[in-house]
Amino acid sequence: MDNYVVEMRNITKVFPGIIANDDVTLQLKKGEIHALLGENGAGKSTLMSVLFGFYQPEKGEIYVRGEKVDIKSPNIAHELGIGMVHQHFQLIDNFTVVENIILGDEPGGFLVDYDKARKEVIALSTQYGLGVDPDAKIEDISVGMQQRVEILKVLYRKADIIILDEPTAVLTPQEIEELVEIMKNFAAEGKSVILITHKLKEILAAADRVSVLRQGKYIGTVNVADTTEAEMASMMVGREVNFKVDKKPANPGEKVLEIKDLWVKDQRGLDALQGLSLYLREGEILGIAGVDGNGQQELVEAITGLVPIEKGEILLQGQSIVNERIKSRINKGIAYVPEDRQKRALIMDFRLDENIILKSYEKEPLSKGHILNQEEINKKGNSIIEEYDVRSSEGIDTIVRNMSGGNQQKAIIGREMDLKPLVMVASQPSRGLDVGAIEYVHKRLVELRDQGKAVLLVSFELDEIMNVSDRINVIYQGKITGNVIPEKTTVQELGLMMSGSKEVDLA
Amino acid sequence: MKLISSIVTLSLIYATPIIITALGGLYSERSGIVNIALEGIMVVGAFVAATFTPLNEAVFGNWTPWIAILLGALAGGLYSLIHAFVSIDLRADQVISGTALNMLSLGITVYFCQIFFNQQRTKTFNRGFVKTNVPLLSDIPIIGDLFFKRMYYTFYVALALVIITAFILKRTRFGLRLRASGEHPSAVDSVGVSVRKMRYIGVLISGLLAGLSGGIMVLTQATQFTAGSIHGIGFISLAALIFGRWNAYGVLGASIFFGFSQIFTIFSKDIPLLASVPAEIFKAVPYVLTIIAMLIFSRKNVGPKASGELYDVSKR
Repeated sequence: MDNYVVEMRNITKVFPGIIANDDVTLQLKKGEIHALLGENGAGKSTLMSVLFGFYQPEKGEIYVRGEKVDIKSPNIAHELGIGMVHQHFQLIDNFTVVENIILGDEPGGFLVDYDKARKEVIALSTQYGLGVDPDAKIEDISVGMQQRVEILKVLYRKADIIILDEPTAVLTPQEIEELVEIMKNFAAEGKSVILITHKLKEILAAADRVSVLRQGKYIGTVNVADTTEAEMASMMVGREVNFKVDKKPANPGEKVLEIKDLWVKDQRGLDALQGLSLYLREGEILGIAGVDGNGQQELVEAITGLVPIEKGEILLQGQSIVNERIKSRINKGIAYVPEDRQKRALIMDFRLDENIILKSYEKEPLSKGHILNQEEINKKGNSIIEEYDVRSSEGIDTIVRNMSGGNQQKAIIGREMDLKPLVMVASQPSRGLDVGAIEYVHKRLVELRDQGKAVLLVSFELDEIMNVSDRINVIYQGKITGNVIPEKTTVQELGLMMSGSKEVDLA
Repeated sequence: MKLISSIVTLSLIYATPIIITALGGLYSERSGIVNIALEGIMVVGAFVAATFTPLNEAVFGNWTPWIAILLGALAGGLYSLIHAFVSIDLRADQVISGTALNMLSLGITVYFCQIFFNQQRTKTFNRGFVKTNVPLLSDIPIIGDLFFKRMYYTFYVALALVIITAFILKRTRFGLRLRASGEHPSAVDSVGVSVRKMRYIGVLISGLLAGLSGGIMVLTQATQFTAGSIHGIGFISLAALIFGRWNAYGVLGASIFFGFSQIFTIFSKDIPLLASVPAEIFKAVPYVLTIIAMLIFSRKNVGPKASGELYDVSKR
């Protein structure tokens, strides 16, 4: 028992209506990288929040360095040397790196000793090879650098138990490799790392051991050296997982959507798209690969009409749609599965059938003039529920807020496919879904493409891009820097294009 | 030269309450709480100062106004705690809470006037602040005429508060944490600093300063407190805060601009060309300028990001 630097025994944490952690045990050795694997909603974050003092468990005990502790607040976790790099960075945009790092633990008394703070930050950054500029403002540095600032915050507080919550979600493949090196340095120094993730490849690359959670329950802990991706996946999901998406070779036809020299400004007034051009053909899935924040959102919103464009051309079947209103774009055949389904796709407190007809209620027989035909709306709702296997407690009467994320997404996909679109714009369609629902989404997208429709798939998950797409365009700083076929490229090559260090055009 | 020096001096005098109240707003908004109750807090501060003065001037002599404005500040601080409690602990909408306090302030002060003085205003006082020539400094050519002759000492108090505020925000531990609370509260929370505490302090300081400012305003610009004593200066201070980009020295500049806009009425009579224009037009100038300044500057939103947003610890 003395080997363990952290031991969480039989932790049970209950939220109203759900048992987030059910008798979970986690044992962390000194100097190891320990992965915590599970799907969204499996209870990983809850367990770590218990360790970090955000939540108090109903049952169970926590031992740190062999001593029983009661972690009532993050402050106590800090004192125990536990530090957390949050998935959503806790950084203040218009503060400098130094200010962010020292906040809450400022050297000096009433007055902050900024000279001392700066020296300490530089020393730590050099020691671990992080290469962070202490005087830069957060808003001016890359997401990868911001993450290192988060890591520095933890190191500055002298943590030797470091929790990293989904740290790779925002990184390029090269940045991920560097992060793995940093983690290994920590472990070599005797620090212990908990890596929360649902990505199996990272565990193989970085971790010594892995503990798996499924639906709040502890499934087991294995040595990474003794396991395989498939074994971990089936532990995580509870059944065999098919990684490959079943699909026939694509049979692309005419160009249906064409974008030429598109310029769009973001909310801050900066050029998010800088002369982007691409095309999309009938019967193909075009994957847009790239790190978050390189113009994906603006691209999607320019096509669907949610943001105005500065200049350029968007052609649907050869006809410009840049001056068309959103509704007319929908009617001309642009369907849209947005990345934030709760904000952009659904009215959370409306019924399921009302959400299903949101884009078609003006058409007969759903309405006549200004009068809605409730009977027809119910019928439409029921047919979508049946065809797309949308499960809910009260059928079409269910309030959408009470449905699971996967079933919400099925309803959205059903609604959009029912529009019989020419182009489906799917922005991170598998975000926050479990493996089963992701398989479903991919199957439907392939089905749409087999019907001869065009699919634009925007995703930050390279595995998804590689598995689902027929062709890949890489977006970097508002431009397409690569146009490749998945069979003829590698994740490493995509990574280089995603960071702007390589450009390829094969098509 | 005489005209210019009196224009400058009067601008600074009229800017004084705007500067202090806007600094109060700065503390509150930097902590993340929008405080549109500044107007009402000034009313309360003015009422307390103007009530204390006539009742005690025989006892305290020349010290009376200074004690009066300190009491005004205390009253403003207490009154602002209602806003803090309602918007931080009860999580009410900050604009609605502020509006309620503004409305309450007029009702409550006139009510107490009726009780204390049997009229809807306070008794007139003899010992408000007195315009003074600052010893030595007023003898400096030009500069002495502009800044140190026939001035209220309260302007120098405001100036000192600007410098202190800028220093506190930039250099102190408190300043760093206060600014952080208004930008990204969950980041503050995640490093073990209480956002609630920072916001309470921010609102409390805004109340102390606005109360102080209300006291100064009534004791420099009037001879008694009435329901119209503050006449929108609290709102103009909010405009000065935005115009000054939530920065202490910016606030100073913006407040002097708004102070200057108020003295048109006074000088319009002395300038032949302007004398024919109805005085009401000049009275409207500060408010019109405020609207124009807001139109120009509200587009570039550089204020604290989380200002006005509830911070719910349970949702992190």
